Amino acid sequence: MTLNYSKKVMENFLHPRNMGKIENADGVGKVGNSVCGDILNLYIKVGKKKIRGKLIEYIKDIKFQTLGCGAAIAVSSMITQLAKGKTLEEAEKISNKDIVHELEGLPPVKYHCSLLGADALHLAIKDYLSKNKHEK
Amino acid sequence: MKIYLDNSATTQVDKEVVKAMMPYFSEKFGNPNSLHEFGRDAREAVENARKKIAEMINCEPEEIIFTSGGTESNNLAIKGLIGEKKHIITSKIEHPSVLETCRELEKQGYKVDYISVDKEGIINIQELKRKISNNTLLVSIMHVNNEIGTIQPLEEIGKICREFGVLFHTDAVQSFGKIKIDVKNINIDLLSASGHKINAPKGVGFLYVKKEIKIKPLVNGGGHEKNLRSGTENVPGIVGFGKACEIADKKMKEKEKIKKLRDKLIQELEKIPGTRLNGSRNLRIFNNVNVSFSGIEGEALVLMLDKEGIATSTGSACSSHSLEPSHVLKAIGLSDLEAHGSLRLSLGWENNEKEINFVIDKIRECVDKLRKISKNIEV
Repeated sequence: MTLNYSKKVMENFLHPRNMGKIENADGVGKVGNSVCGDILNLYIKVGKKKIRGKLIEYIKDIKFQTLGCGAAIAVSSMITQLAKGKTLEEAEKISNKDIVHELEGLPPVKYHCSLLGADALHLAIKDYLSKNKHEK
Repeated sequence: MKIYLDNSATTQVDKEVVKAMMPYFSEKFGNPNSLHEFGRDAREAVENARKKIAEMINCEPEEIIFTSGGTESNNLAIKGLIGEKKHIITSKIEHPSVLETCRELEKQGYKVDYISVDKEGIINIQELKRKISNNTLLVSIMHVNNEIGTIQPLEEIGKICREFGVLFHTDAVQSFGKIKIDVKNINIDLLSASGHKINAPKGVGFLYVKKEIKIKPLVNGGGHEKNLRSGTENVPGIVGFGKACEIADKKMKEKEKIKKLRDKLIQELEKIPGTRLNGSRNLRIFNNVNVSFSGIEGEALVLMLDKEGIATSTGSACSSHSLEPSHVLKAIGLSDLEAHGSLRLSLGWENNEKEINFVIDKIRECVDKLRKISKNIEV
């Protein structure tokens, strides 16, 4: 099957950002399965910064490990860039559409890869919140 | 540097083949069914190609039906058979043009058995024998598998089919022109082959149908090809196919050279930790390599190698329309992850050692790079 990936996808695939694992991560999101072949582990470190006099939690660091196709790797790289530095509230709102948009499109058969990215991020945040007994 | 290692998908049309075809587009453009000289020239060219092909598999020229390629030949062989019997036996690792045709016949009330294969991809002969019944019309088993290159024991299957009095079809798309086939010796009743796998153009193939076997056409019309395949013959394509056969016949002697390159590839790739060879070590066509690397996904590897100018393919789900891993790799017992990590390299006559050395280095680099991205991932 021929795949026409955008330049942005290829660039993120060939030079992925924020690759690796965060030891003692504050939140972890694991998605994917061996049948479809794409597996993504996302790690976040949460920090606090002052915004308008209030201490707000934000994604201080984020890293990923991905076993998957070119699209899955590009999506992983992109989700870390989109989420890094964002407050948790902002990060929770990042959707798969945002990822596809930032990657300048994905072939239709690869849309499901963008869901993996958004799901992993939301799971990592949820993991952090549940560990820290925040009320949601 | 551009290195083509996807010859099981398609091959480059040989320059000699192009040269042979050229006149049949222009000055010798005639319809082989016309009475005049233009027609007679085209007819002669078509019949010469038919003769050459018949010679290759030791059959009569009248037993060769030209088609548009392997898929049509497989369809014609299986759907075209006429008989009271409604049972077909095939294998789990056939090409989709056989498997989907069989599934179609199942919908029409046929019973189809899909024989299992061992971990090397060889069909289970005992199972085949057990499945043959009074109602069995046809056994359809491919000669060489397109993904893993495993060569089936056609002589043995042919013998069994003769013993039990059932028809035997083989999809020889990956072997015709590479491995000598004698349809009389092996007792083959129907054989499919395709031009573009042996340096002829796309859009031409043939079905060998043994004289006494009755089949009905799938394409009706003016009664071309002994009324089995109507439509004006693809004269340039057929001429090219004939020329490619001549060349293949000579090149078959060079296969040791390609085999050495293949063995070097396998040997060096197996040195990469977490590599497995898919298919058989010995019963393998001389130009096929299929390996799986742990911790990587095949499409990513194909994509990365493509960036380096190396053309390969994979059985990973990510590269298929269905998003399912290869049915062949699953049938030989690979896990989903192993199937996803597969890479197929299929060599052609033009590959050389310098290219293969470059490819080995690049695969090592790319596997390394992809493993860094998936390092210690929890599956």
